[in-house]
Amino acid sequence: MRFVQESAQIVLREEIASGIYILRLESPSIAHRSQPGQFLNIRTMDSYGPLLRRPFSISNVERNEIEILFKVIGKGTQILSRKSVGDEIDVIGPLGGSFNLSLRFNHAILVAGGLGVAPFPFLTQSLLSQGKQVTSFMGARSADQIVTRKLRNVQLATDDGSRGFHGNVIDLLREVLKDTPLPEARIFGCGPTAMMKALSDLADSISIPCQISLEGDMACGIGICQGCPVERRGGEKKYSLVCTEGPAFESREIVLR
Amino acid sequence: MSLKTSFSIKSVEFKNRVFVASGTFGYGDEVGDAVDVNSLGAIVTKSLSLKPRAGNPPRRITETPSGMLNSIGLANIGVEKFIQEKLPYLRTLKTSVIANIAASSVDEYCRVLQLLDAEDGIAGYEINVSCPNVKEGGLSFGTDTKKVREITEKLRALTERPLLIKLTPNVTHISEFARVAEEAGADAISAINTLVGMAVDLRTRKPKLSTVTGGLSGPAIKPVALAKVYEIVQAVSIPVIGIGGIASADDALEFLIVGAVAVQIGTMNFVDPSAAITIAKGIEDYANRQGYNDVGDLIGTLDANIEFSPLHSWLH
Repeated sequence: MRFVQESAQIVLREEIASGIYILRLESPSIAHRSQPGQFLNIRTMDSYGPLLRRPFSISNVERNEIEILFKVIGKGTQILSRKSVGDEIDVIGPLGGSFNLSLRFNHAILVAGGLGVAPFPFLTQSLLSQGKQVTSFMGARSADQIVTRKLRNVQLATDDGSRGFHGNVIDLLREVLKDTPLPEARIFGCGPTAMMKALSDLADSISIPCQISLEGDMACGIGICQGCPVERRGGEKKYSLVCTEGPAFESREIVLR
Repeated sequence: MSLKTSFSIKSVEFKNRVFVASGTFGYGDEVGDAVDVNSLGAIVTKSLSLKPRAGNPPRRITETPSGMLNSIGLANIGVEKFIQEKLPYLRTLKTSVIANIAASSVDEYCRVLQLLDAEDGIAGYEINVSCPNVKEGGLSFGTDTKKVREITEKLRALTERPLLIKLTPNVTHISEFARVAEEAGADAISAINTLVGMAVDLRTRKPKLSTVTGGLSGPAIKPVALAKVYEIVQAVSIPVIGIGGIASADDALEFLIVGAVAVQIGTMNFVDPSAAITIAKGIEDYANRQGYNDVGDLIGTLDANIEFSPLHSWLH
């Protein structure tokens, strides 16, 4: 595995939706190695509160710069949201493997639940450069939580019906696919566990290969702490580590609980 | 005059007094070029068992104030795969490798050690009798002086290499266990392993860890670890290796001053994979500033008035 640890300067900080931020970091050595689906492990404080690094999907890469997209949910993300342009943060990356784009497909269906949208701008960039068609499904609690930045052909769902389809994004996807079946498609999903489980079931039932990107509670991000297992479906090996063997997995190979 | 940083346990020389602790540095090959592993005093491997262990179900880790709880459950590739796949790489390193062994029976400890003892490239053994996260072995051994004696005696008879016994703080008097290990032939004591801890998710009212309780580590436990190391140092004459929440050179120096011959860095490796190297440099800087020729001269230089110490009233 080839990752680096470096101090990266914040070159942009923007609140793009309610409580949802983008940080853009100047980090040539990480930017040049990154692939869609990989992540960064960021130390938010020099002190011990919070102690552990926080993992973030690499949301976008342009030239020497990498972006992360996050919502303020705890102390680590709160500290990050208060950083200023010019501040330096300690970053390890790129970590984990990339989405697997080597299967044969023409049409990529990207399915995001909430901040699960984070890795998709970078993935979209990569898919388009390979000449794939991209359709994106974005689900959020409400209109003010929708993030569609740098996505293509977006269809929206909100839990409260304040914008787009009224309901969850998997129901929306099911409706759309019922009317227009997609040959040679491949699904990429990222979001809360319940949504990923529903997505995996749907993908199984319509026989479209599906890769999902998981989060795990991890301490190190580099395969040492063994803290982020995901259960495998069948086979000799019981668990895979989200950090080094994922974070993207074929949905039919793992068990979500 | 250049500062001496090396020291020996039995006939094995370590290049400095800062090791990376078991379970916090994998098998040494995960960090790649991000860390200069050859600058470490020693790498203590992830605990090795006879057969591979899948480990506990998720969730295995949760953060706590200035620390973390883990319940990994000794997930490891097993001793045979370690010898085939990891040891060849470890042999190329210019740092010492200590194999940590965990087992659920006395016989299993012996068999793992025998397999390793037939191999070159292993400087010594650290025996984990103190894992809080497995049902068999683990704490049931480490909290029973008879078992600690039996395991240490049996393993002692099987190897000439340094034998370190890693103790749990989850006992009334850790020094009793250190004395037993010393009497049974251990060459050194590693202390401490994690403290049993727990955390609850208020939203679901479920324990945050799948095994309900786990092992607490990180800066939060440093004062506890320091007191335990101090207690052990008073009770035994074999070397003690201090472990527990060490996050800086200052922390490590405290352990040396109370009498540890070396330290192990654990949880901080997760936060900063180069932590042990930074700490080793910091110790050298301090020793140089204080005018020492040998880092070892710092050991046990604590200036304590024990007249009021409750520890000493029952220890002697």
